[in-house]
Amino acid sequence: MAWKDLRVELRSREILFTMAFFAAMVVVLFSLAFLKESDQGEMVAVAEITPGFLWVAVLFSATLGMSRAFDRERESDTMRGLLLSPAPRTALFLGKAVGLFLMMAMVEAVVVPLCWFFFAAPLFSEPLPMLALVLLATAGVAVVGSVFAAMLMRTRSRDVLLPVVLYPILVPLFIAAIKATSGILVGELDPAWFWIRFLLVYDATFVVAALWTFESLVIE
Amino acid sequence: MTAAIDAVAIRGLTKRYGATRVLANVSMELRAGSLCALLGPNGAGKTTLLGIVSTLVRPSSGEVAYRAGADAVPAGGPLRRAIGVLAHDSFLYGGLTAEENLAFYARLYELADGPSRASALLDEVGLAEEARVRQVRTYSRGMVQRVALARALLHEPRVLLLDEPFTGIDRTGAAALARTLARAVERGCVCLVVSHDLEALAGIADHVAVLRRGKLEHDERRAGGFSEKELKELYHRHAE
Repeated sequence: MAWKDLRVELRSREILFTMAFFAAMVVVLFSLAFLKESDQGEMVAVAEITPGFLWVAVLFSATLGMSRAFDRERESDTMRGLLLSPAPRTALFLGKAVGLFLMMAMVEAVVVPLCWFFFAAPLFSEPLPMLALVLLATAGVAVVGSVFAAMLMRTRSRDVLLPVVLYPILVPLFIAAIKATSGILVGELDPAWFWIRFLLVYDATFVVAALWTFESLVIE
Repeated sequence: MTAAIDAVAIRGLTKRYGATRVLANVSMELRAGSLCALLGPNGAGKTTLLGIVSTLVRPSSGEVAYRAGADAVPAGGPLRRAIGVLAHDSFLYGGLTAEENLAFYARLYELADGPSRASALLDEVGLAEEARVRQVRTYSRGMVQRVALARALLHEPRVLLLDEPFTGIDRTGAAALARTLARAVERGCVCLVVSHDLEALAGIADHVAVLRRGKLEHDERRAGGFSEKELKELYHRHAE
């Protein structure tokens, strides 16, 4: 399922390029908008605000991707084809979520180095917690986003509704990701690991809830 | 494992979308080795009935029982594996080729001989070799319909549900489809076909059900099947 999504995407490149370009533009524009004077008297980007912009860029670009990824299942009504198959519905959901996770991970592989470069933020100073943070935050967005994108798939104004219903649910994840990134940037790993563990619990909760509700959300 | 379904009993099906009643207390039985032509004007509830029988739409009341001998087949993977659906939409990914689409569905159905079965079916539906490696979005309506039919037949379903299968295909394709349906009936499939193409259904349908405004107006079986003239007469008498 995830491989099929990636194959279609790598052939058309419409979602991945749009997501990556949008996220990169957010980072570049904000790095130019928020400047401070350094000790040497030069104008430099404010490294302290990197966590916020990094996760805003990831979240907004993910919203673009998840909406389009489920649009593909609407064209020719392929979602019905999937639901008719004997494959467990939970496996279908996880396949869509993993596909979205992989696409987001590819975008983050561009955005995180861009943040490091433009904000001069030491994002790679603690690679292990940073990797755990990125993986868990991405998994959370992919799981929650897949549930809501599937739920709104047959709704006419889904592009408008998706952020409206999705963002309030993602607020705890967003806060945890920002707090953990801030901890990593200033070298305070204890609070960073606390928020990373919080993300683990958040992800586990939503994976269970998603697997439980997915079938009832997609059957008429 | 595919459930060996030999009858589908539809009992008191009603479906409402809000205040609109689409199906009203429909009861009928579909049998193995028989092809039921489901006729009716637009908006009669044919597609909704097909959706409920396919397990994709929940009825507001009533039930569909799938029987294998004396046993009822419960809902779930084995039941879905036994059902093949050709709907209005093709269920095909435009960004994949015909072969890739069928290979994807073969994996979903865990078919060990997926590629060879896909190739044989694409031969059967008459899709040219050169077209099989092109993305489906480049196909004509008729070519899409042929691949969609191959997808519906890929896992050798015991219950075949076809919604307007003759749409978009030429006379040669329609004749080939009629032969495919006749073979499915010979294999002992339960076949339910929604179509306005009465000429194509003549000779292969031995059961006719006519829906009108959500109600089953007529339900008749004939051992020798129905001629085109008889199908037209039944349609005019009960659907108009």
